[in-house]
Order: sequence, then C-alpha cells, then structure tokens
Amino acid sequence: MRSLRAELGPVGIRLRPRVAVALAALAAVAFAGVIASVSLGTYAIPVPDVLSAVLGTGSGSADLIVHQLRLPRALTALLVGAAFGLAGAVYQAVTRNPLASPDLIGISAGAGAGAVASILIGGVTAAGAGTFGAVPFGALAGALITATAIYLLAWRDGTVTGYRFVLVGIAANGALAALTRWMLARADIDQASRAMVWLTGSLNGRGYDHVRWAGYALLVLVPLVLALARSYQLLQFDDDTALGLGIRIGRARIALLVLATCLAALATAAAGPVAFIALGAPQIARRLTGTAGIPLVASGLTGAVLLLGADLAARLVFSPTELPVGIVTGALGAPYLLLLLARANRAGKGG
Amino acid sequence: MITALEGTAPSVPALEGVGLRLAYGDRVVADSLDLRIPEGRITALVGPNACGKSTALRALARLLKPSAGAVHLDGRDLTAVSSRELALKLALLPQTPTAPDGITVRDLVARGRTPHQRWWRQWSSADEAVVDRALAATGVAELADRTLDELSGGQRQRVWIAMALAQDTPVLLLDEPTTYLDLAHQVDVLELVRDLNRAHGRTVVMVLHELNLACRYADHLIAMRDGTVVTAGAPTDVVTPELVAEVFDLPATIITCPVAGTPLVIPEGGRRDNAPSSG
Repeated sequence: MRSLRAELGPVGIRLRPRVAVALAALAAVAFAGVIASVSLGTYAIPVPDVLSAVLGTGSGSADLIVHQLRLPRALTALLVGAAFGLAGAVYQAVTRNPLASPDLIGISAGAGAGAVASILIGGVTAAGAGTFGAVPFGALAGALITATAIYLLAWRDGTVTGYRFVLVGIAANGALAALTRWMLARADIDQASRAMVWLTGSLNGRGYDHVRWAGYALLVLVPLVLALARSYQLLQFDDDTALGLGIRIGRARIALLVLATCLAALATAAAGPVAFIALGAPQIARRLTGTAGIPLVASGLTGAVLLLGADLAARLVFSPTELPVGIVTGALGAPYLLLLLARANRAGKGG
Repeated sequence: MITALEGTAPSVPALEGVGLRLAYGDRVVADSLDLRIPEGRITALVGPNACGKSTALRALARLLKPSAGAVHLDGRDLTAVSSRELALKLALLPQTPTAPDGITVRDLVARGRTPHQRWWRQWSSADEAVVDRALAATGVAELADRTLDELSGGQRQRVWIAMALAQDTPVLLLDEPTTYLDLAHQVDVLELVRDLNRAHGRTVVMVLHELNLACRYADHLIAMRDGTVVTAGAPTDVVTPELVAEVFDLPATIITCPVAGTPLVIPEGGRRDNAPSSG
C-alpha cells in the first residue's frame, strides 16, 4: 500500500491511506459523539434542535440545557480527552514504554495534589462550580514538580527510558496519593467531599469557562508538540540511531516531556485525574492507524473519543443517576492494564 | 581486486581523532588515542574484546564526547558542527539498533532521510528516489512492504544499512555490521559494503571481529589493543604473526589467501603462554 503524497514547491508531506482514513473516522466519531452527548439524557433533545442551538438559532429550554449543561460538558470532554491522549502518547513514546503514562506514573497525581492544595488553601469551589480559580495553576505546578522529580530520580547514563522511569513514577504516584489524602483529612468536610468528586475525575457541571481554559491551553501546546513531531518519531528508535540522524535527543526529550506534562496538568485541572485515557488512547490509536510507533494526532483524537464515550456512558448507563466519568474509565482501564502487563511479560520485553 | 598498494593514508584524512581520551564515567577506555581515517577507503577497526574499538567509533560519530582531544571531520572540529550538518556528512549504524515494532522496511529506510527534511518538507520526490536506490543497492527492494520483525537477521542488517545509505553521506560508520550473522551473510554484507565504497567512493569505517574478513575487505586496517593503536596500514603490509601475537595474544601463521590475495590468519591454537613460541 503506497502512501499518499503531496508536494508543492518546497513543501511536501506523506500520509498512509490507512492513517488518513483512521483520522477522518476518529474526527467523524468525535463530532457524532458531541452531538449524541448533547442530544441524549434524561431530557432528550432532538438532533435538529441540538444543531440549531449550537448554531445560535435555538430557543427555550432546549437552548438552555444545550448551552448551560451539555455542550460545554461535551466540549470539555473532547478537549480534555485530546489533551490526555496526546500527553500519554508523548510519555509512552519518549520513554519507549507503554506503561509510562502520566496517569500511572504520578503526573496526574501530582497535578491532583497541586489542585487539591489550591482548592483547600484557596477555598475555591472548583469542583462543580463554574469558577476555576487557582486550580489550573496548582495542577500545573504539582505536575511539573512531580515530573521534574521523577525525571531526575530516574535519570541514569543520560537516558530515562525503560522500567526505571515507570518504577520511580509509581513510587511518586503512591507518595502523592498519600499527600492528597493527608490534605483531605485536614480539610473541612464540605471542601473535602467536593475535592473527592473532582479527584475521581468528573465532567459534571463544566461550563464554558472550562472549555475556554482547556481550549486556550491546547491552542498553545498542541502546535508546540506538533513542531517536535519528527524528533518524537525518532525518539522511538534507540538513542544512537536517533542521534545519528541529527536529532538532539536530550533537548527534544525534555521539551516533549514538559509539554506533555502541561497537557496532562491542564486536562487534570479541568476534569480531575481521569484514569486510563492517557494510558489507553495511544495504544488504541496505534492499532487503528497501523503505524509503527505511537501516532501523535490519532492519539489525541482517540483520547477525545474515549472520554466523550465514557462520559456519555457515565451519564446514561445508570440514568437518572450519573457516575463520575473517572469511574467508567477506571473500570475500563483496569482490565486493559492487566492485558498490557500480560503481553509485556509474554514478549519478555518491558524495559 | 583488492588494491591496497600504499600502506599510508592519504594526506588529508576524512576523519581524524587526535589525542582522544575516552571514558564512560570513571572507566577510562582510551587515553591519547590517535586515529586517521583515509578518505574514500574502507577502514576496519580490529582488536580483542574491550580494546576500545567500538568506543573509538562512537567518538568518531560524536556519540561519545572525548574528555580530552578532538575529532576532526574534513579538518573541522566535530564539536563545532551542528547536529543536522553532522548527520548530512556522517551516517552511523549502531551495534544493536532498535526500531518501533511493526515498522515496514520502506518506512525504516525512509527515516534515513530525516536530516534532509524539514517540518514543512517531510517528504519529496528526491527523498523517494534516494530511498528506492538504497533499497535496490542493498537488495531489499522486494521486501519494502514487509515489516522488520518478519525478516531474517541478514535481511534486517541489510535494511539497516539501507537506512544509513538513504542518509546519503560521504562517510559511513558501521559498528560490527556482521555480528549475529552466519558466514555467508557476513560475506554478503561485506561485499555490499565494498560495492558501496567502490561505486561512490564513500569513506567506510567499520568495527569487525573477524580478522580474516577485515583483511579481505578493508583497504586500511587499524589494530587496537588496550585503547591504543598498535598499528595501522594496508592489511598486506601490517598483518604479520608478530602483530597477531601482540594484538590478540594468539600464535598464528599468516598465509596469502588463494582467492583474494590478502593475508589469511591461521591460528595455531592455544594462547601464547601455553604454546610453543611462535617466533
């Protein structure tokens, strides 16, 4: 199967047909997912009404529900899912380990601890209320500090690949979970219970504020990640090969990890540390596109589709009771993680 | 066929290491090592295990920064050359390269074009042509759509060489390109290396374990031991029983290869310390 090629003057790109098809299909499913999650629910809104509300020509209660509740929630899911998917892809590719995902190795936990600290200290009612307050900054600080600590502890002989990174990360994850618990134990019950819901990972009550935050963050971070896409691809080879091809691997690796950490932190700030998306999306995207190595854009789209789907399921399965989306993704993620571990063992390669 | 007439290197070496001190952390592998790689020839680095030959190759490729001394590429200090520029001049095949699972042969070879590309030009018809040539030159064109995992060791090695070839550099460094290959495939790979050298005048430097193959395929031999060069020159000039004894601690008889006319080392068996003196 030959690739699709486009060349115009000095500009040239190449795309495998299967990748193109997968990307188009993912985008279509994401769009359908947004429409479905706005339309479906205890109060069902017909699709034409959804579309007219989205286009600003709607009216009445449907319009209210679309704009106050469901659309911002769906868009937050889309953006947060994409951010987690991208962050997971970068972490897994750069460390060459499918287990080195921000939700397993403490990056999300660091963001969570930072966010909980800012919820408690700032007294911000971040979980549920429309205001966002200091949560993104707390999450960002927590995630970056955690990532730096893991990187420094795992760094040996100029590289951070392999199981060492994962093991240090898992230890960090445990320590941060303990820290978060300790903070919750000292907080007053009202704030603590709100923080708890947020910590499970929830998209309930997300407004356009969250959409705007996540949107701006992606607008800045995604182009930066894409600009490093070529280094990203070659970091999935051994170091010597990547160096031999002129990639400055040390710099590229740190830049990519910092960007991925920011993505994971902002996604966590918006929706809480939703499990599994960052872990699962890149591997699913890889199987969808049939690429060697982890595809970048497809991972982001897959993350968006996964989180949208999980949130839809969280809202509908036990309707009218809503589950936090983190419970759905956690339930899906656990068996997947076992599968991944079993595979890594069978293949006899993990680091 | 082998014309190793002059034992001395041409006056301007393609690649030169001067006073190199090479160390991994505290472990010093070589101290004040001098290497001269003649342009347009095949140079083989030989020596016993852990003599520093692979380390020396890594220093030539700037994968290892010497703690003292300098490497010159076309007379320029390697530290002053940008990563991309270096990748345009010098291609390297590491000892055990790894690629992401499921990569196809064509995709892998295409990665060799990386230093020629920019983010706005990730592919061009020129790239395509070079990749096709590299696939053809290494005899793996018919495997182009297979994945690397499906191939035999010999085929895989050819594919990696094709990738280095697609990089289209005047200098090619190969770290033990024949390891894990059976004799037929070793000869196969070395014939390929020689063709590449003869066809385009590429400077080739390779680390080899098998001394007889090195004698046969290299124009220039650098014999190393304990981090220093014992001798360097054309195999016919430098390979003597004394050299083999000095470098490998192996008593040996040297005859002329009836096929290639190059020196052929016949080990006499037993190390020097428990065998009769080999003169």
